[in-house]
Amino acid sequence: MNVSSLAGLVGAALVGLGLYGLIVNPQPLRKILAFNLIGSGAFLVFGIVARRGAAAAFPFDPVPQAMVITGIVVAFAASALAVALILRLQEETGKVTLDPDVPSKPPVTGASNP
Amino acid sequence: MSILQVLDLGLAILVLAVAGWTIAARELFASVVGYVAYGLLLSIVWIRLYAPDVALTEAAIGSGVTGVLLVTSGARLKRAGNVEAAEPSGPSQRFLAAALAVLVAAALATVILLLPEPPPTLAPEAGQQLAATGLANPVTAVLIAYRSFDTMLEKIVLVLAVVGVWSLAPDRVWGGAPAPLGRARPEGPLLFLDQALVPLGILVGIHIFWVGADEPGGAFQGGAILAAMWMIVMISRLTEPPRVGARWLRLALVAGPAVFLAVGLAGPGMGGSFFAYPAGFAKPIILFIEAFMVLSIAATLPMLVAGPPRRSPER
Amino acid sequence: MIETPPALAGTAGGSLLVLAILLPSAGILLSFVLGGRFAERVALGLTPIGLATAIAIAILVWRSRAPLVYNVAGLPPPLGIALRADGISCVMLVTAALVIAAAAFYARASFATPENVSEARAPLAFWILIQAVWAALTILFVGGDLFNLYVALELLTFAAVPLVCLAGKPETLVAALRYLLFALFGSVFYLLGAALLYGAYGTLDIVLLAERVRALPAVWLAAGLMTAGLLAKTALFPLHLWLPPAHANAPAAASAVLSGLVVKGSFFLTVRLWFYVLPALPGAAPEAILGALGSAAILFGSVLALRQPRLKLLIAYSTLAQIGYLFLIFPLASGVHPWIADGWSGGMMQTLSHAFAKAAMFMSAGLLAESLGHDRIAEFAGAGRVMPATFFALGLGGLSLMGLPPSGGFAAKWLLLRASAAAGQWPWAIVMLAGGLLGAGYVYRILAPALTDGAIVLKAPPQRSREAIALALAIVAVALGFAPQSFFDFLQIGRAAASALP
Repeated sequence: MNVSSLAGLVGAALVGLGLYGLIVNPQPLRKILAFNLIGSGAFLVFGIVARRGAAAAFPFDPVPQAMVITGIVVAFAASALAVALILRLQEETGKVTLDPDVPSKPPVTGASNP
Repeated sequence: MSILQVLDLGLAILVLAVAGWTIAARELFASVVGYVAYGLLLSIVWIRLYAPDVALTEAAIGSGVTGVLLVTSGARLKRAGNVEAAEPSGPSQRFLAAALAVLVAAALATVILLLPEPPPTLAPEAGQQLAATGLANPVTAVLIAYRSFDTMLEKIVLVLAVVGVWSLAPDRVWGGAPAPLGRARPEGPLLFLDQALVPLGILVGIHIFWVGADEPGGAFQGGAILAAMWMIVMISRLTEPPRVGARWLRLALVAGPAVFLAVGLAGPGMGGSFFAYPAGFAKPIILFIEAFMVLSIAATLPMLVAGPPRRSPER
Repeated sequence: MIETPPALAGTAGGSLLVLAILLPSAGILLSFVLGGRFAERVALGLTPIGLATAIAIAILVWRSRAPLVYNVAGLPPPLGIALRADGISCVMLVTAALVIAAAAFYARASFATPENVSEARAPLAFWILIQAVWAALTILFVGGDLFNLYVALELLTFAAVPLVCLAGKPETLVAALRYLLFALFGSVFYLLGAALLYGAYGTLDIVLLAERVRALPAVWLAAGLMTAGLLAKTALFPLHLWLPPAHANAPAAASAVLSGLVVKGSFFLTVRLWFYVLPALPGAAPEAILGALGSAAILFGSVLALRQPRLKLLIAYSTLAQIGYLFLIFPLASGVHPWIADGWSGGMMQTLSHAFAKAAMFMSAGLLAESLGHDRIAEFAGAGRVMPATFFALGLGGLSLMGLPPSGGFAAKWLLLRASAAAGQWPWAIVMLAGGLLGAGYVYRILAPALTDGAIVLKAPPQRSREAIALALAIVAVALGFAPQSFFDFLQIGRAAASALP
């Protein structure tokens, strides 16, 4: 089994792991981590495609690699936006949940969730 | 099996194990630390895939800056209290999610192993067009020459991310600065890091940007290292995050996409089409654009980590 | 240099495509740097220029009867990126320009920078975000490269999500976070599918892929992954949970753009994927599945809309239902049959008329909420008398949503019904008729209380200009019903090449 196939399998497994984490974990911050995992799995698929594309010119195909670089930067920006939303939600309501029925009460220190 | 294959297999298992740890860990902080370690391991995988530019980007941005973002926000969440607010999923939901995940992963794995041979590739075309750009690093050529349109749009996406993050501030603090990134006054090891590492880091960042034209590296990687240096200085409280209303900050953030857009717009006059470069003069123009991209990336990444403004402008 | 094959060559006037994208992009950067009141002026100033560009592109495509093509940097695919505008691109470009211009002028009252400050948060963010939505949609409508379209999808998400929570209320923050998570899931699965397509064919250009795609396992999986991602972004049943709270609680101008245009962007991409990249895939099962999900959305969304006490939530659930109609284009316009022209025209007409009608309705709902202080339908009694123009706009928009003549919505449903009858695919016709009845139900629910007697006190009368804007959009939705046959022929430009493939 060469490196490309191995890395491809790792990428597939990462997508599965990330998908599981995205669905199952209730905390939004953990969902963001899971999304990053899926993203890196997708990038690995691009990566093995690039490696398989080795030709006389270079030992890799540069186009998928450039796409991965773009993707990593965009994924970071997405994480930053999500994190800022989560923090703001925490400030406004005192808890972080995706439950749509969130009352707009001010955060009460030390109070537990009714 | 040769030594290298054993090592590859070990690396693959390690990556999956740490990824699994990231998902399964109970504490948020443990999960984040796992993710940073995962990112570094992934960088090694990228090296094995003959993708040094990607390895640099993953280490700097995917693992490094994202790690700082998650650790800082995890700490902020913890300080505000009540991080474990929601109920965990029930066993049936877990089972269904696991089934779906296994299905998708298995389908992907099968398809990847069955990808067509001989593999299609754009490497020959990329090599043919490389001479016209004057570059020797084909990835940089793809990013700034062949598919420059993508890269310019991605820079605009970064500006939008900053606008989106800043828009989450309360109205009354608009124009002010984000909260400080660090907690304590600088002392001891952190101060030493600042004095010794940061100047070196700045040089390394500029160097990696500069050699990216011909060797692994480039604007994103160099800019990320410069961004990391600014973040270190902010974390150690030697300098504070700037006010979001500051004109110089706004200019730094848009410099990259603006220069890129302007040069692209001038394309018909120079090279015949939008975003084309004049023959023989491509490399200086590319480096010119990349220099401003480095500036923007170095400004954008720390501002995305710092978050929305939290202090009134008068302070 | 390799000779560019004729299918990939650029055409005259293709530069307009680049300008159409760079205009709002430059606007974003200018607005961000100049800040303050300049952001609003830049945004408003660009709307007529953008509209003119879109109309110019449409005229060029109309004259040449062929898509406009531009190879960015002079480099044709597969190495370079191509931009292509065919018939459906042009009508979407013009629609987006009109709706965004209308939303921008409508929003002047809510998002003006206050007198005493040089810059305020919500106004600056709004004017930048709306230009970003415009830029992203433009790329989505003319992009010819699947990775370029991915970047556009991300831009659209980053622009739309902060619009949802611009007011800062907690329920909007939750809605925005949920929207972001669905959207990010969508993007990453789309990217995964694109990786597989590149791995199979070495390019992500739509025209090249159309020539090369065959029924490989990789292509099937890629199609499934990308479609799943795009469905999450378009809020098609069952991935629709995020839409109603997000669209209902956003500022009115934002809701108009979100429901009218933003969800159409990912829908347009789904159409591009299935009709332009994947027509070589055999069988009709995927299209039938999409049609079935659309049908479920029509019924589910309409029934839920009937039960909503708040006007904006009702309109948001109605969006879910109307999105369902869009997906009937897949079973009714695919393959090579005599009825696909009707299916195609019907689907596109639904896209356009819903954009105008929904924008008009959200704007009217915004005016109502401002003037009455609430949007509870039960307490609208007598409002029809004090705000006649607003309710007239609501009524005209509702006419199109119901599918009553004369309106664009009627034209769309008529074409889709005709196609399903000709195809012998009766289930879609039954669903559409049921949807029409349910639609009539919820439109009646909105209008009936307002037309009864009741003493009502207005907190402030609505501004005439804003009412006029909402009314103008609603009139366009109705006027689309009078579209001549040449309009439907225009929609076919660029499509013939795709459907002629084996």
